[in-house]
Amino acid sequence: MSIIEAQQVVKRFGQFTAVNDVSFTVERGEFFALLGPNGAGKTSTIRMMYGFSPLTGGRMEIFGQDISKDWRKIRSRLGICQQENTLDPDLTVVQNLLLYARYFGMDKAIARKRAEELLDFFALTRKQEAKVAELSGGLARRLQLARALMAEPELLILDEPTVGLDPQSRHQVWERLLALKKRGLTMVLTTHYMDEAEHLCNRLVILDQGKIIAEGRPRELIIKYAAESVIDIEGPSEELRKYVKENGVESDDLGDRIIIYTEPRGELESRIREEFCMESCRFRTGNLEDVFLRLTGRGLRE
Amino acid sequence: MNRAKLSDISLRFRHVWFRNLITYRRIWKVNFLVPLLEPAFYILAFGLGFSGLIGRVSYAGMQLEYTAFMAPALVATACMWNSFFETTYASFVRMYYQNTFAGILATPLCVEEIIVAEIAWAASKAMAAVALMLAVLIPIGYANFPGALLCIPLAFLGGLAFASIGMFFTGMIPSIDMFNLPIFLFITPMFLFSGTFFPVSGIPEWAGVFSLVFPLYHLVELTRFLCIGTMESNPVFNLAYLLLFTLVFGYLALGAMKRRLIK
Repeated sequence: MSIIEAQQVVKRFGQFTAVNDVSFTVERGEFFALLGPNGAGKTSTIRMMYGFSPLTGGRMEIFGQDISKDWRKIRSRLGICQQENTLDPDLTVVQNLLLYARYFGMDKAIARKRAEELLDFFALTRKQEAKVAELSGGLARRLQLARALMAEPELLILDEPTVGLDPQSRHQVWERLLALKKRGLTMVLTTHYMDEAEHLCNRLVILDQGKIIAEGRPRELIIKYAAESVIDIEGPSEELRKYVKENGVESDDLGDRIIIYTEPRGELESRIREEFCMESCRFRTGNLEDVFLRLTGRGLRE
Repeated sequence: MNRAKLSDISLRFRHVWFRNLITYRRIWKVNFLVPLLEPAFYILAFGLGFSGLIGRVSYAGMQLEYTAFMAPALVATACMWNSFFETTYASFVRMYYQNTFAGILATPLCVEEIIVAEIAWAASKAMAAVALMLAVLIPIGYANFPGALLCIPLAFLGGLAFASIGMFFTGMIPSIDMFNLPIFLFITPMFLFSGTFFPVSGIPEWAGVFSLVFPLYHLVELTRFLCIGTMESNPVFNLAYLLLFTLVFGYLALGAMKRRLIK
């Protein structure tokens, strides 16, 4: 049985279609990402997953149950870390956790023990009596993650978990998520950080304007839509342009830059290195950002 | 269209009520002074400054001192202010600025339960304020003992009525400063024309009809009956009106808040 099964899900707000015929499945133990630019329909999809927003069309099954009917049963097995900070600013760190456990009807003694474990896991023990309003962005986000894990969920849903965090805090969060992945927790993540999805996830879909435009494992997608190796050449010469055209090299010409997609340590790569890299060339591995930009274009979206 | 689903409401709402309680416990030491001091100030001001001008008030065939007439109304208006402010400003802050409701909607609770909890919490707060006021008014002889103690459960019902309409406004209002409108157009006239500062029987009949619409009028009448043992209207009718008002606006509030929160 799949953990999530989304079948032709549609979400409309009046005339605007936020999610347009989206289908995907998530299996137990997977770390699955919904990747896309702002306004692609990621949060709308997530909100339908936990029964916050009703579906306009299609079907959403979580743990084999229909979210529109069995939302309460489903939610009692979910952990959700929303994009906004929804912590109680007037309460302390530990009070926030215990209160959340109460919403799930958890036993008090078990909740206390669980809170202790999670405070330790997220390195929040020293802050447990601090007021949430006094926490930094990174600490608040870790607390929100801890809170989502209070009721020992079978599926953790993360909506932009590292947005607005500094690099240290971001890596702190990643480290914890990877530890949870190792323990076999099923997770769904939305993000517009390509490196985040690449670093954390087994499998992902790329959403754009409410539709899935690509699906697969990060490496597969990179090889399919970009390449393992990428050469980014600034201020390309006419000879290079000519060479690229004549040899049918896979590339994107951006005017002041040419991006060439190639194989690592291949003939093409050494040729370009020797003949065309007079000025500024950057050799790097292909990443999801290449995939994303190739699929969705480079123009400003909004 | 999102309509309120009454069948989704379970006793789990008590957890949200509890949330408000533990949040409030932080500031109660300051807040509980208000219901203690407010009646003292009013009675002092009206007793010293006002009663000399107007002498006695005819109410339900009795001649009452002005302060004795007014004191029960203070209890009723405190109930109104406490519950109405809770589900307007305080709930709006929780909903809009703190995302509290959105956070709760990630747990096995639904909007209907959150709204029921908010209304019940506001009514509880009103009840506590009334209990504190009685602790001042009973010893100084402005409320009968033990009859006036029934004002405490009554304040819960009155609190539900005002909290329900407050919550309804919260569901409808675009921004927090727009609460001025229902306060100016509804609360202020209600505060003045509900038999609070003068008996409704003393004003022209056409004006008195308006008072009957205000839930505060019914609460003032009932409170006065419990405090001084006499009233001008029928207590069964007053209770029925408050109950009906609560049910109608409670249901409207559920619908308005659901439409506002669930997109």
